[in-house]
Amino acid sequence: MAVHTPVTDGHDDHGHGAAHATSTGLSNNKMAMWLFLGSECLLFGGLISTYMLYRGRHPADLGPDQIYDIPFTSVSSFILLMSSLTMVLAVSAASMKDDRRTNLWLTITALLGATFVGGQVYEFTSFYREGLGFTSSLFSSSFYTLTGFHGVHVTVGIIMLMALVGINKRGRIPGQKAEVVELVGLYWHFVDVVWIIIFTLVYLIPS
Amino acid sequence: MAIIERPSTPAVVGAGAGAPAVVTPSQAYGVLRRPVAATGWRSWVFTVDHKKLGIMYGVVSLFFFLVGGFEALLIRLQLAGPEGTVLSAGLYNEMFTMHATTMVFLFVMPMAAAFANYLVPLQIGARDVAFPRINAFGFWCFLAGAIFINTSWFLGGAADGGWFMYQPNANALFSPSHGIDFWGLGLQITGIASLTGAVNLIVTILNMRAPGMSLMKMPIFTWMILVIQFLLLFAMPVITVALFLLMFQREFGATFFDVSAGADPLLWQHLFWIFGHPEVYIIVLPGFGIVSEVLPVFARKPLFGYRFVVFSGAAIGFVGWGVWAHHMFASGLGPVSVAVFSVATMLIAIPTGVKIVNWTMTLWGGKIWFSTAMLFAIGLIVEFTIGGLSGVTHAVAPSDTQQTDTYYIVAHFHYTIFGGAVLGLFAGFYYWWPKIFGKRLSESLGKWNFWLMIIGMNLTFGPMHIIGLQGQPRRMMNWTEARAGEGFFNLGFWNRVASVGSLILAVGVAFFIVNIWVTHRPSSKTPKSELDPWDARSLEWITQNPPKEHNFDSIPTVHALDEFFHRKYEVDHDTGEVTKVASAEEILAAEEAKADHHIHLPSPSYWPIILAFSLPVMGYGVIFNRFLIVAGALGVLLAMFGWALEPSVADDSDYDPPAEGGSNKELATIG
Repeated sequence: MAVHTPVTDGHDDHGHGAAHATSTGLSNNKMAMWLFLGSECLLFGGLISTYMLYRGRHPADLGPDQIYDIPFTSVSSFILLMSSLTMVLAVSAASMKDDRRTNLWLTITALLGATFVGGQVYEFTSFYREGLGFTSSLFSSSFYTLTGFHGVHVTVGIIMLMALVGINKRGRIPGQKAEVVELVGLYWHFVDVVWIIIFTLVYLIPS
Repeated sequence: MAIIERPSTPAVVGAGAGAPAVVTPSQAYGVLRRPVAATGWRSWVFTVDHKKLGIMYGVVSLFFFLVGGFEALLIRLQLAGPEGTVLSAGLYNEMFTMHATTMVFLFVMPMAAAFANYLVPLQIGARDVAFPRINAFGFWCFLAGAIFINTSWFLGGAADGGWFMYQPNANALFSPSHGIDFWGLGLQITGIASLTGAVNLIVTILNMRAPGMSLMKMPIFTWMILVIQFLLLFAMPVITVALFLLMFQREFGATFFDVSAGADPLLWQHLFWIFGHPEVYIIVLPGFGIVSEVLPVFARKPLFGYRFVVFSGAAIGFVGWGVWAHHMFASGLGPVSVAVFSVATMLIAIPTGVKIVNWTMTLWGGKIWFSTAMLFAIGLIVEFTIGGLSGVTHAVAPSDTQQTDTYYIVAHFHYTIFGGAVLGLFAGFYYWWPKIFGKRLSESLGKWNFWLMIIGMNLTFGPMHIIGLQGQPRRMMNWTEARAGEGFFNLGFWNRVASVGSLILAVGVAFFIVNIWVTHRPSSKTPKSELDPWDARSLEWITQNPPKEHNFDSIPTVHALDEFFHRKYEVDHDTGEVTKVASAEEILAAEEAKADHHIHLPSPSYWPIILAFSLPVMGYGVIFNRFLIVAGALGVLLAMFGWALEPSVADDSDYDPPAEGGSNKELATIG
């Protein structure tokens, strides 16, 4: 996404900036990110609804009860949630203008995220070996679609984090660096929160 | 790869233009040197100026209006007589599908975006939108998606499942051509345009209003655009999900809507209409916003009950989310759902009715100037009310069950969409033409334009009420004399009337095109429009015609709703007398006298167009060759990084010669 962009709107040059009553006080970039995440809620809402409708439609021997490895997914979910903590530390370091720690925590966040995605790849592979292909049943199609979309979101987040580290190391983040880190953080936390919902609805609630 | 790269060694340019300027290597972060040309095609293709983008949106969607209109004429030609043979059954299916898709997604929505892009920053006293490059990206996405969808005509046939693409009829089994794949992927691309546009305009409206412009002093058109953007923001992701499921089903063998695999095709209907009904308001609210601006100006009265118009618009936005299943009354939802959605649908008639009342009351006692814009606005009130009333008859579920899939429904939504959205957009064309292009369109040709369109639309869509209630189904390629009935209700007679009406309507639209030509042809004698041709009321008129590149020399401070009116006139509250105290020229001169010294405008960029046109490459890849997906994805990735690394304002070194301050930048000739 293009949220790294500082924007000159011609207003801030003239002394009525964020605090004025004709503005929300939220920076343009941040508001745009919030709006985008609001839109994303409906995207996942649609995918989750599809899964909930079709979760029970599978052959008797190849359903959620036989397939899911809940201890494994719990661990990878925990790792993803911990990445939110390291993301917060990155944002905090960025707000203290500590580049070294910012880069460190961003890298750790990306690694934790990558571990999660790696876990998902492993999970998909083992499900596939057990016979659950994308087109096996309505359950499998909607399961792979929902968790796959989430996995793509995490992957995009990892790319954003690593790009941020790379750009930051070369000192090329335009505008307010702390805010750029925070924006990526907002996206990252959103992806985590969505996973909590998916994990609960998909894995934990028995079918 | 670089399209235009700054030379790595100093080079001499500008031969024959006095002292040669020295070009230095770029200081900017991006791969490409900024395209800073102010003239020629580059100044359009790489622009991020909201006004240029607005005009481009307008030109492209006007083109697609003509395309969609041509498709409609073919349909009416087919139905003009019994056993029509103009189109084959397959081509007829493609025609009505693409007619609706074109009109909804490639005409009304982008035309509303054209008005929003051009006017919202002007109406709120801003110099551009919040994210100018995203704005450009939105336009190119729309164009890329529109071209992508329409290339299906030449690559094996267009989509043929109706614009709602009901399942399982739209499965590969029943529609083996690639048309529906093109349709789905193309709408994903135009959907990105809508989503980014929504984010951009919401931020712009909420964050960038001129000093003093509280939300309740905001022009009503901007208000309606704000409501629409929220609808888009939350409606687009739902259709995105639906289109992804459709793609997975058609391209990758999933069975989301395959009844034989135990799927529930109603899932598609729910997803489609949760998007589709807000979409209805996305289509019609721009027209509402436009007439709410036009009526007060030409009735010389403030808008009656501004707050009611604002809040009824917002209420339509909210309730619009709770009525989608009224499109599905015939699908067997069960009595409780049907009752709930039936009541909700009747409920939404209330805020709509409030608007009609407010518009009528605005006219009441006004000194009405029947300009072409005003005629179109009044036309909207009348025609949309007819469509609204037939809409209430669908809200009554038992009656709807009789009407489902008949021409009565076609009559209804053409009265609301043509009578509501299109007439509103035409009112906007005539009203804002001098603001955008500096010349008024001819009023006499405009009258022809208006009356032919009104007569044409009523002759076309009016009889559809009758033939619909007589039972002629929608989407049937022909009708037979044997079953046409007799006397007044003879289907053949009314079908012929509708077909003749559609030709009259087409002539009416042709008058609009002629009007543009007559006004702007090189030998045109049309004088430049005066600064304030309509005695207008809102902020966009405190600018030159057309506005300068930076819109306002100084950002006006707003004291009142209808700010411009209150600067021109003084109202004596005791006697109600209105006296003119300043002319538009004086007001503008006063604003320009205190011009800001440093005005930073966002700089043009290559990345939006590169990013946007990478998307259809991926689309063709999904359909024809998976390697193209990779190629397109690489383009996307490259463009995103180039974009992220490019500052939103060009570095001074991108200009020739390098400027020394903000104010005296000279625009580079590229090369």
